[in-house]
Amino acid sequence: MSAPLAAATSIHLEVWQVAASLTLVVLAAAISFWRGADLERDIGVATVRSFIQLTLVGYAIKIIFETDTIWLVLGLLAVMVVFGAITARQRATKVPSSFVPLLVALALAAATTLGLVVALGIFDPTPRYLVPVGGMVIGNAMTASAVALNRLGDEMHDARPRIEATLALGATAREAANPTVRRALRSGMITLVDSTKTTGLIFFPGTMVGMLLAGASPTDAVRLQLILLYTLLGSVSISALVATTLAYRHFFTPAAQLRELEEPA
Amino acid sequence: MLFELREVGLDRGGKAVLDGVTASIPAGATAIVGPSGAGKSTLLRLLNRLADPDRGTIAYRDRSLDSYEPLALRREVSLVPQLPALLPGTVASNLAYAAGLAGAPPEPERTLTLAGLDPSFAERDVTKLSVGEQQRAMLGRALAQRPRVLLLDEPTSALDTAARDAIEATLARLRRELDISLVLVSHDPEQARRLAEWVVRLEAGRVADSGPLAEVLA
Repeated sequence: MSAPLAAATSIHLEVWQVAASLTLVVLAAAISFWRGADLERDIGVATVRSFIQLTLVGYAIKIIFETDTIWLVLGLLAVMVVFGAITARQRATKVPSSFVPLLVALALAAATTLGLVVALGIFDPTPRYLVPVGGMVIGNAMTASAVALNRLGDEMHDARPRIEATLALGATAREAANPTVRRALRSGMITLVDSTKTTGLIFFPGTMVGMLLAGASPTDAVRLQLILLYTLLGSVSISALVATTLAYRHFFTPAAQLRELEEPA
Repeated sequence: MLFELREVGLDRGGKAVLDGVTASIPAGATAIVGPSGAGKSTLLRLLNRLADPDRGTIAYRDRSLDSYEPLALRREVSLVPQLPALLPGTVASNLAYAAGLAGAPPEPERTLTLAGLDPSFAERDVTKLSVGEQQRAMLGRALAQRPRVLLLDEPTSALDTAARDAIEATLARLRRELDISLVLVSHDPEQARRLAEWVVRLEAGRVADSGPLAEVLA
């Protein structure tokens, strides 16, 4: 798999070219101002943050590539998992103690998918592959698990009467929450499933676009993109499954009672 | 006694919903009455451990409620909530689910008849039922588990007079035909007079009075 990524070195961009693309940021801010969307400040913050974060990560990756040790890669992936869990937690405010389920979900998704693609010989276990692929795997797993837990929190709230009526029949917490967990899992996975269905028809995925811009052959770009899409499908499935499976338990006591019930009088 | 409550208290949001509740509930039909916000439904939920009290003790058939396995207890002491909350599917699938949890044979015809519904309702989708029919399906679902005690939370509050009378007639018939005890929450003292032999009257989370119907609601 070294040929496609090697092609990425054939493109070189100057700082002025990046600066020129800020024109479109100004356009976005102008639209927001003109139509009263009140996002000018957020657009500014997003632009500055993306510049700083990506620049720092760019240098970090450069160092990791140059030192070429697996431990630095694992350290970077661990940091990504922790920050991913922290970020996803902010989307799952209705789920009590969601951090640990998210942390475990992201870590397992990353370990399983990266382990598998290396074990199957798809990618070499080197920083050049593991860092960018790991970043995509963890980023997508974060989004999927955040969406799944956000839905879980809403559903557990809305479906309380039905869940408690099921518990009242002597069902276990798992049995009572099962339909809710199923819907939450589905909502975590559905976005990537849908975008995978329409890939190439409605949008071109980023990796493929990047490789084509960098001068790689379309065949290589497509193959790599397919590998990444299938890897991400595995990653979001694992993360949404693990996050919902661990998190729903936090709504129940060990005696299969719903926690934090608004008690009827 | 069926249930014995001693100094039972429960707080929610820093406020006592139940406070120092001491009462006996004998086998038979008992009504828990009182104004809105008195803690009636909360008390009912304690009886099959859908919630546990913060203070005090509850005994069921002379054994501490804590000593019962909660899931097995709920199949024996079955609660029918105030508003219907059936699982998606048909009436029969709801009955079969409940029977399956209790390890009881699914007998939709018998159960629906007991609940006052025609057996033809078995294959009806639950979303196509009126509120009264859903409430009867909820009752049937509880009966499918062959419980020894039925806890009924305002079973007729969402119904019109005709549907209310029909449910009350069904409950009276259940008492006659099955060896089953009823604990019924109601804001309506007249309903307690029609259905119960024993009354616990709550006010602001405390027992204002309890005893035989003739003494409490004279």
